[in-house]
Amino acid sequence: MTTKSRNLSIAKRGLMSFETIMWLFTRLSALAMYTLVIFGLVGALIMGAVNNMNFAEVMRWGFMPNVTHVQNTNLPDIDPWATPLWKLTASALLIIAVGHGVHGLVVIADDYIATAKGRQIVRICSGVMILSMIGIGLYLIWTS
Amino acid sequence: MGLNRNVSLKTALRYKGQGPYLTYILHRIGGLGMAIFITIHLLASFLGGRGGAFVNHIYESWIFQIFIFFCILFHAINGLRITILDLWPKLIIYHRQAITIEWVAFIVIYGFSVFSIIRSALGG
Repeated sequence: MTTKSRNLSIAKRGLMSFETIMWLFTRLSALAMYTLVIFGLVGALIMGAVNNMNFAEVMRWGFMPNVTHVQNTNLPDIDPWATPLWKLTASALLIIAVGHGVHGLVVIADDYIATAKGRQIVRICSGVMILSMIGIGLYLIWTS
Repeated sequence: MGLNRNVSLKTALRYKGQGPYLTYILHRIGGLGMAIFITIHLLASFLGGRGGAFVNHIYESWIFQIFIFFCILFHAINGLRITILDLWPKLIIYHRQAITIEWVAFIVIYGFSVFSIIRSALGG
């Protein structure tokens, strides 16, 4: 393996390392989640959150715009909160958040598991967890 | 390879990393808290029944709301700081000022959240 100089630009040394790509993914997915959460908060304000919800309830909707999160509020009609637009927003947020979160667990696990075999097992478990959490989450969003 | 660090847990807890270390460890606690409790919340909602209702009832209590809001808001606000400083590395010289701004933003948003959680818990 050739030594990669710190002084080379990304274009010359390539961005091929999986860990480097995931490092970038963690940052970019954070920005994507901010965009989706702000979209949800603006939508909540347009749909009348100011009069019928308190601050914490609006934040809870922003973190995951699923209709079950506004069931216990004073909203007179929650049908506009269960449209395909919100289900798609919630699905996008779920998929990005699961990828970001499970990769975060792998980073933490790597601090304690240092053998190649152990790290391989962690990565297989993380793949299973990502797929099952996305599956369960999508089922809950689209059936609630 | 191997984990022969020769640092006991007691020494690790006395590590004087100050502000930046505090944000690091709170970021990790918040991330772990979210990963564990959102996984349980998803499984409880999916399985339903009496067990699921019991778990989700705990999640709706004001004590748990205060805890999970801490995890989410600290992780989100600290994560935004990390993202901005990492994607624009020239700003790294201001990272202590960035941590100060972060705490102000966190205390304002978290303060409002805790206030409204407690007020609705008291029935107001």
